[in-house]
Amino acid sequence: MEAIIQTEKLSHIYSAGTPFEHGALIDVDFTAYRGEYLGIIGHTGSGKSTLIQHLNGLLKPTSGRVLFEGKDIWETKERTHQTRFQVGLVFQYPEYQLFEETVYKDIAFGPRNMKLSEAEIDRRVREAAAFVGLSDAILEQSPFELSGGQKRRVAIAGVIAMEPSVLILDEPTAGLDPVGVENILSNIHDYHVAKNATIIIVSHSMEEVARTVDRLVVVNDGRIPFAGAPCEVFAHEEELIAMGLGVPQVTRVLHQLKKLGVDVDDTVYTMEQAKAAVMAAYRARKGAV
Amino acid sequence: MALKDITLGQYFPGNSILHRLDPRTKILLTVMYIVALFLAKQLVGYGIMMVVLASAIAVSKVKLKTIFRGLKPILIIIIITAFLNLFWTPGQTIWKWGFLNLTVEGIWSAVFMVLRISMLILCTFLLTYTTSPILLTDGLENLMNPLKKIHVPVHELSMMMSIALRFIPTLIEETDKIMSAQKARGADFDTGGLMDKAKALIPLLVPLFISAFRRADELAIAMECRCYHGGEGRTRLRQLKYRKADAAFLVGGLAVCVAVGVLAHFGL
Repeated sequence: MEAIIQTEKLSHIYSAGTPFEHGALIDVDFTAYRGEYLGIIGHTGSGKSTLIQHLNGLLKPTSGRVLFEGKDIWETKERTHQTRFQVGLVFQYPEYQLFEETVYKDIAFGPRNMKLSEAEIDRRVREAAAFVGLSDAILEQSPFELSGGQKRRVAIAGVIAMEPSVLILDEPTAGLDPVGVENILSNIHDYHVAKNATIIIVSHSMEEVARTVDRLVVVNDGRIPFAGAPCEVFAHEEELIAMGLGVPQVTRVLHQLKKLGVDVDDTVYTMEQAKAAVMAAYRARKGAV
Repeated sequence: MALKDITLGQYFPGNSILHRLDPRTKILLTVMYIVALFLAKQLVGYGIMMVVLASAIAVSKVKLKTIFRGLKPILIIIIITAFLNLFWTPGQTIWKWGFLNLTVEGIWSAVFMVLRISMLILCTFLLTYTTSPILLTDGLENLMNPLKKIHVPVHELSMMMSIALRFIPTLIEETDKIMSAQKARGADFDTGGLMDKAKALIPLLVPLFISAFRRADELAIAMECRCYHGGEGRTRLRQLKYRKADAAFLVGGLAVCVAVGVLAHFGL
């Protein structure tokens, strides 16, 4: 697979030279591949937010490099600026960054900064709005009149409108009701499929990431202890729990079943897989009797 | 991000003797120090003031770098003051170029003015570095208590101040976050002319104001939920208490103040 973003020995130290100095990232080698759906998990303060802010050049590494499509994003000022459009970053609670009079203008903020033509801006705004399921009527409303879930979608559309080849979202479903969570996740999935975009989703909900991502990266104490397919990562149940994380509930149940001596495939992490694994184990046992 | 490094009104936790002094003592000492600074006229007076400040900084165990970083924002003021004093003080001319007139007296007065401003800023910073905002406002409220007799809303003022101080770091953090979010959408806060820069602030200020109002609202509700009804009959969890060390420091401060005043009187 072709790497789209890479970090080499990336370190970041906050408040260097004050009593509050601390290393948020230490020698991190991180890779995201083109077109993959990647999850980053880590508890609060693990350094995951710091990591993603390096990927689009918002934070400058204290040491180490960040490469986008093989080129150092800090090489020239222009490249750093361009990287911000290529690597779209949606912050936590992005609805708090809305500022324009209308939803349309707010979504157009990014494309306008890219100095695109009016026609192109219009196309992108409408397409982005469609991705997140905002109707044309909403486009002319003030963003401050919308509901929380709608505001969130406007903010995400604001980033999608730049048509980034990598879309990073920091806890995009935090504080939403279950329906809102489903909607946002499926909106993101639509964008992933339609543009073959790389998606990086940051979360601390194991269930949520386990369902959606191809690959998982665990961040703990400014380092990456594990990375790989969800089933590989979830095999480290004890270490994950020690980091204040954990594994999805179904994985935990099956790990426990295996410990009790049931011959069951415990590398699963979704309800459907678990059902299949349990049924298989049940049939095998019945056949053996 | 540079914003995070602003140290305005910031408290650095510690356990030095300065940290442990009663906040009222520290406020009074700061006031005395400022008075003495303005009394000092000549080298000996300034020398004493410098020694006092240097030993206070040494005792506080706050890093020198941190202390001097506080001077950065007022560097321009210091430079302009020095410049004006250097060239516009009448006296014995040593160098003249156009309207610039460098005098011996000018050099001295520039040195003294720069010292005075820097020490003034540094000593007030030392106060906020070693005193938590809550203690600071407690101390102020307590010191201003007599003003209640003439219907000054002392409690309300100090409550407003502690809330303001409490929210400075929060607002800075918020500004930082919104700036990052808008930068991620290609906003540019650094380049362009004055008009461009002012326009670039709209995507920052609008969300910031909205969130400040939202926070104020939430805070008001939270305070009401806990039956806050102003200062009448309100008791404190932490009572302020003068100790022996406070008395010693206050006497010492007063002595320095008087000494500098007397020295200045004799032209030293």
